[in-house]
Amino acid sequence: MTVMKSRNDAFGLLPVGLALLLFVWFLTFLPEVSDGKAIRYAMDWIPSLGITLSFLIDGLSLTFALLITGIGSLVFLYSNSYLSGHEHFVRFMLFLFSFMLSMLGVVLADNLIALFVFWELTTITSYLLIGFGHENETGRRSALQALLVTGAGALAMLAGFILLGMTFGSFELSEILLKSEELKVHSLYSVILILILAGTFTKSAQFPFHFWLPNAMAAPTPVSSFLHSATMVKAGIYLMARLHPAFSGTNLWLWTLTIFGVVTAVIASILALRQTDLKQALAYTTLMALGTLTLFLGQESGYAVTAFATFLIVHSLYKAALFLVVGCIDHAAGTRDANILGGLGRVMPFTAVAAGLAAMSMAGFPPFLGFIGKELKYAGALGVASEPIFVSGAVLIANSLMFAVAGVVAFRPFWMSERSNLPREPHEVSAPMLAGPIILAILGTFFGIYPDILQRALVAPTVASLLGNIEDSKDLKLWAGVNVPLLLSVMTVFLGLLFYWQHRRLRNILIVVIGRAPSFDRGWDRILDGLKGFAAWQTQILQSGSLYHYMFVTFATMLLSLSVAIFLKPMEITLPDHWVISWQGIALILLIIGGTLITTVTASRITAMASLGVVGIGVAMIFIGFSAPDVAITQLLVETLVVVLVAVALLRLPTLESEVGNRRPIDAVLAFGVGLTVTVILLSVLSQPLDLRLTEFFEITSWPEAYGRNIVNVILVDFRALDTFGEIAVVVVAALSSYALLRTTHPVSSDQGEQR
Amino acid sequence: MEALLAVAIGVLVAASVYLMLARNVLRFIFGLVLISNAANLTIFVAGRLTVGAPPLIAKGTEAPADGVANALPQALVLTAIVIGFGLFAFALVLMFRAYTTLGTLYSDEMRIAEPPEDAIG
Repeated sequence: MTVMKSRNDAFGLLPVGLALLLFVWFLTFLPEVSDGKAIRYAMDWIPSLGITLSFLIDGLSLTFALLITGIGSLVFLYSNSYLSGHEHFVRFMLFLFSFMLSMLGVVLADNLIALFVFWELTTITSYLLIGFGHENETGRRSALQALLVTGAGALAMLAGFILLGMTFGSFELSEILLKSEELKVHSLYSVILILILAGTFTKSAQFPFHFWLPNAMAAPTPVSSFLHSATMVKAGIYLMARLHPAFSGTNLWLWTLTIFGVVTAVIASILALRQTDLKQALAYTTLMALGTLTLFLGQESGYAVTAFATFLIVHSLYKAALFLVVGCIDHAAGTRDANILGGLGRVMPFTAVAAGLAAMSMAGFPPFLGFIGKELKYAGALGVASEPIFVSGAVLIANSLMFAVAGVVAFRPFWMSERSNLPREPHEVSAPMLAGPIILAILGTFFGIYPDILQRALVAPTVASLLGNIEDSKDLKLWAGVNVPLLLSVMTVFLGLLFYWQHRRLRNILIVVIGRAPSFDRGWDRILDGLKGFAAWQTQILQSGSLYHYMFVTFATMLLSLSVAIFLKPMEITLPDHWVISWQGIALILLIIGGTLITTVTASRITAMASLGVVGIGVAMIFIGFSAPDVAITQLLVETLVVVLVAVALLRLPTLESEVGNRRPIDAVLAFGVGLTVTVILLSVLSQPLDLRLTEFFEITSWPEAYGRNIVNVILVDFRALDTFGEIAVVVVAALSSYALLRTTHPVSSDQGEQR
Repeated sequence: MEALLAVAIGVLVAASVYLMLARNVLRFIFGLVLISNAANLTIFVAGRLTVGAPPLIAKGTEAPADGVANALPQALVLTAIVIGFGLFAFALVLMFRAYTTLGTLYSDEMRIAEPPEDAIG
């Protein structure tokens, strides 16, 4: 065990160090980027398709990169203790680190295709991390659900990217963003926008695609904190922000983002209050935050975009901290149930302080950064292009509910009366686990007191990435005077206290109401079941296991496709003058047709054999009559062998009986149809001019190059010798297989089941 | 002549489709023989028909006389006949083996690999 432990520490600290190094490296870009500059690196990747591996560092991507690497290093440190001694610890760290690199790729990529690849890499690593507890069926289901929902959206998004790239002849974001005016009047604008939004809405869990995110809480808590609150679910938000300069300003953009954002925010904050599992409650408040961010991205005003940039950072700081706190509670007390937890403040003082600071930021108390974020949200909501009262009202309700949830998650478990029936005797967690929540919570406080540092470093450059002008950024102030946002803040506190005070009663009402509403999660199961049912149904039709069905489907498909070809491309059938009709030819053809018909209808084995022979000989005579002596000789030889073999086999087989069954007339119609289409197509082929270049080549070169006077033989053994070799191989394989089959012949068994 | 042969090929194809849709696998094999013949004739006819001029180069000349038959489809058909025979021989042995093991020539009754009760759905 001690050996195991030291291995964990050695491996476990490596990602912490690497993430920290990356964080510091990104910090060095701050001076340049906060002056409003953008830095671009590019190298060729697939030049023939115009795909480059190019990266862009501007305010928006640097903000994300710092959040990813900064929170990442704290989460790695936390995981060292949280999963200490876990048998798959190294695997977990590998997944988590791969995720971090993929996520950096998403936010830094300047090429749409590269962005898509990184995007899908985050989907896959998220799948692996949600399903980390793969022994658990819920974990597997949640992982697959997240993969399918976000993967399906991403496919639509890829289609949107390709349309966008084809429209502008470039996959570089930095070039496309310059063509905003051209794009907004383009006929494909709506199509491209809807396809891309399908990707961003599924990734960022907007209603009605929200259901996968609460289920993703099956992942270990560090994952929930890192992927499913601070970073990955914001990839969709990031992309909408990235495309904001090119796409925003139309009614479609404004209304789609506003409506989806508002609906998601309100529904999520109501659902959050319903939860008793602390992690689930936080998951729903994350949904609420994602909805709010989407809502503000719909707007173009400086306030709205400043609110977006600020809330993005605020939320990542406090939400990551709170998830880590819930992980600490779970670790220490063995449960996350809000109904049982209580009185942890005395035994876990440091966790309680971190939780308190983060929760006050979430609830929006001054002097925390959350307060500034909330003020800006109200200012942004009041300044939306239309319906400011509707939007502000929605934001007010969402904020008040979030206030109440902050109390339930981070206040009650620590300071309400002690409950004795905890599964485990609680204790304070170790320093590595405390580092993350405490540092994040202190940052939220620090930036609340000194907002101008954050504004100059990150908020203003981010606003500049979206609006193009650093001057559009509004100031972050703790005290902005007595104004409408401040009044709304006061209302938020009162409403929030009311909701918190009544939260048990509200929860009981919600459980009844939501229990009656349709569940998207169950709907998802029905969609999957339907898909599987459809697959089983069409497999049963196509792969019935019955030879008759296979043949029927094959020939019906052949008839259908040939008929479509005839119908779509009207064929000209002309009969050239030089076609000679001889009575010998007519006689031979009648012979073949007669033999064919007798073979088809006879119920006698001997008659069938004889008429098959007649057809074969008739075909051989055709070859003789039309200048193909070699072919005729082969045909005669083969025909003789066929008759001999059939005769030998028939001696051991029962007599033929007439086919019974009421499907024979249908079979006859299908057979007639296939035969007719073959004749029609062959006639139209014969009406076309014949390209004789290949034949002429063989005629000219046969003697000078291969020294053969029989051109057919020269083609077979010289020009196309490898084909002939293949032909011989086929015959040899057939002979060997036949020998093997015959050698192991068993007598007829009465019980077929034993023959497996 | 080509048009008449096209009709004959249509008859051959129709007959073989009808036979291959039969439950009795012996009939299925008859259909296989007929459809091989139909395919060979199709290739042959598509290269056009020539009477009395096989694709040979006379002694002392370097190229065949004008108007000899098209050599290319003949070479293709020759290969096809042999491969068709290989397929036929194998199918016949397979059918024979199936009959000696299962005691039936009806494909519906050959269900060792997929017993009816295991059917999907």
